[in-house]
Amino acid sequence: MNLDQLQQVVLEAARRNPPEDRVPYAFEQRVMAQVRSRAREANPDGMTWLVGFWRAALSGSALALLLVVANGLMPDPGVSAEGDLSAAGLEEILMASADPAGESW
Amino acid sequence: MVAAVLGGDAERFEVIVRRYQSRLFATARRYARRDDEVEDIVQEIFLKAFGKLSTWRADAPFDHWLMRLAVRTCFDFLRGHQRNREHSVTEISAEEEDWLERHAAAPESSDVDGDAARSLIDRVMEQLSPAHRLIITLLELEERSVKEIASLTGWSVPLVKVRAFRARAEMRKVLSRMTREKYL
Repeated sequence: MNLDQLQQVVLEAARRNPPEDRVPYAFEQRVMAQVRSRAREANPDGMTWLVGFWRAALSGSALALLLVVANGLMPDPGVSAEGDLSAAGLEEILMASADPAGESW
Repeated sequence: MVAAVLGGDAERFEVIVRRYQSRLFATARRYARRDDEVEDIVQEIFLKAFGKLSTWRADAPFDHWLMRLAVRTCFDFLRGHQRNREHSVTEISAEEEDWLERHAAAPESSDVDGDAARSLIDRVMEQLSPAHRLIITLLELEERSVKEIASLTGWSVPLVKVRAFRARAEMRKVLSRMTREKYL
């Protein structure tokens, strides 16, 4: 038997019959479960805590900013006519020290 | 997509799995016969890809990078299962024996589409060394160029040529062992 010829024939048989590309049922789900597990390993607990802390800090800052803005828009219940008088009184007290001494008596 | 995975969105990796899984199963089936082994190989390829995703440079096609990983994983599998590749000639089935007899009688009219021819080449490939099996698969069955094989395997072009020459010689030796007693 001619071995070179036999070799060519079996190789041709293999070329004409390529392996099938069938994928087992739910294969991607099994791979993704492994991927998620690896991703968790790559992102250790300390990092998870840090990410959580950072998110909480951002949320807290946003809430504080919102409260400041809301406070600025709302009318201040402490500012009233009496409040205005108090301001005028403060001005009078401050200006009194600048008045000439002769006029005081 | 790759950038999204690298940015921490591991769920986006599923798109890559869905896109390339059938191609990788076809590749893995060239090196392993049992379904569970094929599945293990493909899973290993995807997990390696996920772990080494940051080494992919966007200036090269992603599928080339993935195929390089696939070929190297398949080669590792072959090396790991080297002990199982020894089969005696007596394992040839009746169909394969018939096919060889028909080929000996009329080589020009050999049936290359039959199951016997296909299982015979599987049997021959299983008896080759891992490197020779890899090179015969890439060069003769997938009809890739020497340069392409060098890129996929990480071997130099001269090494690919030397291994191809030796692989063909080893294959003839295996065929010779199979046919010696009956036809030579």
